[in-house]
Amino acid sequence: MKSITYFAPLGLAMVALCTVGSCNKAIHQVTSNVAPLNPSNEDLNAGTWKLVLLSRPDSFLVSAPAATNSSPYIADLNEIKGLQKSLSPDDQQKISYWAAGNVLRWNEIMRDLVAKYNLPPYQNAEGTYPIPSSANPFAYPNFPFSNPPYAARAYAYVSTAQYDALVACWHYKQLYNRPAPYKVDSTINALMTKTPLPSYPSEAAVLAGVTAEMMKALFPDEIANIQQKAEEAELAAIESGSAARSDINAGEALGRQVADLFIARAKTDNASAAVGNPTIWSNLATQTQAAGQTAWISLETPLRPPMLPLFGKVKPFLFDSATVASLRPGPPPSTSSAEMNQQIQMDYDQIKSPSREQMRIVQLWADGVGTFTPPGHWNYIAALDFISQNYSEVRWARNLALLNMAEMDAGIVCWNTKYYYFNPRPSQIDPAIKTLTGVPNFPSYISGHATFSGAASTILGHFIPTNASKYEAMAEQASQSRFISGIHTQTDCTAGMQVGQNVGNYAVQRAVSDGAE
Amino acid sequence: MNYSRLRVNYCACLFGFALMTLTKVEAQTDNDAIMMNKYQWCSGITYMHEQWNNYWEGTYKRTNGNIGTLTTQSFMPMSNYGITDNLNIMAGLPYVSTHASAGTLHEMKGFQDVSIFLKWRPVSFNFGSGKLSLFAIGGFSTPTTNYEPDYLPLSIGLGTTNLIGRGMANYKRGIFFARASATYVWRSNVKIDEVSYYTTELYNTNEVQMPNLFQFNGSLGVYTKYFIGEAMFDNMTTLGGFDIRKNDMPFPSNRMNSNSLSVHAKYTLPFFTHISLVAGGDHILSGRNVGQSTGFNAGAFYAFYIKKNPKTSSLLNNQ
Repeated sequence: MKSITYFAPLGLAMVALCTVGSCNKAIHQVTSNVAPLNPSNEDLNAGTWKLVLLSRPDSFLVSAPAATNSSPYIADLNEIKGLQKSLSPDDQQKISYWAAGNVLRWNEIMRDLVAKYNLPPYQNAEGTYPIPSSANPFAYPNFPFSNPPYAARAYAYVSTAQYDALVACWHYKQLYNRPAPYKVDSTINALMTKTPLPSYPSEAAVLAGVTAEMMKALFPDEIANIQQKAEEAELAAIESGSAARSDINAGEALGRQVADLFIARAKTDNASAAVGNPTIWSNLATQTQAAGQTAWISLETPLRPPMLPLFGKVKPFLFDSATVASLRPGPPPSTSSAEMNQQIQMDYDQIKSPSREQMRIVQLWADGVGTFTPPGHWNYIAALDFISQNYSEVRWARNLALLNMAEMDAGIVCWNTKYYYFNPRPSQIDPAIKTLTGVPNFPSYISGHATFSGAASTILGHFIPTNASKYEAMAEQASQSRFISGIHTQTDCTAGMQVGQNVGNYAVQRAVSDGAE
Repeated sequence: MNYSRLRVNYCACLFGFALMTLTKVEAQTDNDAIMMNKYQWCSGITYMHEQWNNYWEGTYKRTNGNIGTLTTQSFMPMSNYGITDNLNIMAGLPYVSTHASAGTLHEMKGFQDVSIFLKWRPVSFNFGSGKLSLFAIGGFSTPTTNYEPDYLPLSIGLGTTNLIGRGMANYKRGIFFARASATYVWRSNVKIDEVSYYTTELYNTNEVQMPNLFQFNGSLGVYTKYFIGEAMFDNMTTLGGFDIRKNDMPFPSNRMNSNSLSVHAKYTLPFFTHISLVAGGDHILSGRNVGQSTGFNAGAFYAFYIKKNPKTSSLLNNQ
């Protein structure tokens, strides 16, 4: 068989390719092997930092812990010793997962939830759309539809609640100053980083309690999964020798109480009315037409009602509702003006033959359906950079709270502007404009991506000044990606960026005066 | 074993079957039983046109008013060469364009994946009153441009580098033939432009794990000196992957399955056997996470000997 001499090299080549190219398809995620959190400063005074909603760090009482020589505490220590004797590889994997930082891990879980629920409802047979209902979250369309405004608000509530809860936690840690189990009993191994931080109440449990309660309110279908994560985080803290059962119980109770306060705010922040109703939807169009402007219409088939038209009336965190109107920019060029024609022509010229690099930029920042949204993307960017900053858990929470308050408030001002002007998308004005990503189902002016990115880059640049120009460049690229993709005019992007930076500066003002800098 | 050395050789030009998923174009000359004789070279181009209005979101069949009709067209230059009478090498590179009739999404176009196949016929013997041939086929394909795989359904391809292994048997008796093949496709992971993506959970990486594919097909046809016609059933199964969620966008690592029927015809000009013409049609009967495409293809090929073959100078079908 002479042919074998020809065929054998092919076989060898395939084997070689498979070896070189690695047939092993395991993928590496950016934070799968993060080193244990090892803060350069435990921020022991964080109990004095400025709170978001709590009036005082001791608004919720945490009673004094049992002494370290008391029998209940000795029982706690024995529990840890028992657990440490038989840690499975799975237990150890969970310990090292949570050791990277509980705020980091909960932020990742939050991004997962947002991406999972970021799906627009499928139409009814008669061409209308069902609306997700928090009163009936398990029925299709499952509640919530975590679109960008919903997501921005959800990230903000989780982060601010975590921050207030940890400030209270740090207050009690310093007040009671109970050492970690591995310090009390040298036969207990420290499987996470050893720190000077007192362990009562446990910060892992405070975070588990507050986050689980917030997430359950925001993503009610996920109660079982969230509860399981909370239990894992707490068990990892105990197994690692960082916290005793009594540290955990006190922490979780504190966290849950703080969450209740934030949930009460969320129920009355006007978000539940943000969907509007058919009358409101049609009034938006008639008011815009009465002002001599072309009104926005949905570019979807069947026509979908505009996304959260009253989100601009949600109560912000960084300023009052009156300030929202003052942050709203002036009008876009009139839809019948030569200037608007020119803007639309720019979109058309751009979209005719986009380069691969432009497509890459569009995809990188698209953050559309089924993703963690633009605020989630900025959480992703922040989290990766925070890892190398060696923040304490409370500083992680504080910085993400400031970032996410800025994102939510940017979303509020942006949505307020979008529905104030009800400005059409470029493809509505000129259907020849084809887009490199889906056209979002809400008015054009101002760009949400630009606003979110301007706000995020401003506050992140304040946290890590050496990265400020990097964040600014990223924000500029995110903003321009919306023009490049044909879904926004240049005016939408530049105005959005400015508004975002203005909102971001409110977060900076809070940051310089909250006692943490 | 009785290796048959056919004295009557036929121009064994490309006789393709276009497998269409949402985006994937795979024109397979490697999936027939026709062989080039030693030193025989055949080159040509095939045009393929595929359209769908319906697609399966998981197992749910639907239309999408924001896509309308999705059309994929491709031009595929191909070449096939006889290293020996029983070992052929073939290559192709399609230029693909996509277009949605509704909605705003921008069309895509560009060169897709180059493929190279070695087709080996180690065994061919008389069996009953017919002839049975067995084939082993190995292939490699990889993108030639860095097109965006995560822009489905308008992406021009999925971006994987593939290693393809196929076993095939062909039985010919009189003017009739029957053929069956089974194929395993190892697919590389792909990198997308996003920093994270959601499948059944969130992945914080731009690398997407791509499941492998299994494919089998069977066909029946007639085979004469100048004409070949056949009908083929094809099943493609993705060995893993996930379903498109309700009203979500498709994703490269979806579980894309399909059952399809196709017909193919090839005619060699009797008065000028250098040239042969091919045409075909295909339709997806059922599927999962793919468009229900219906398509046709047509092509023309030119065959000749680059060096004298001592046994034959025929350009007619050799099966």
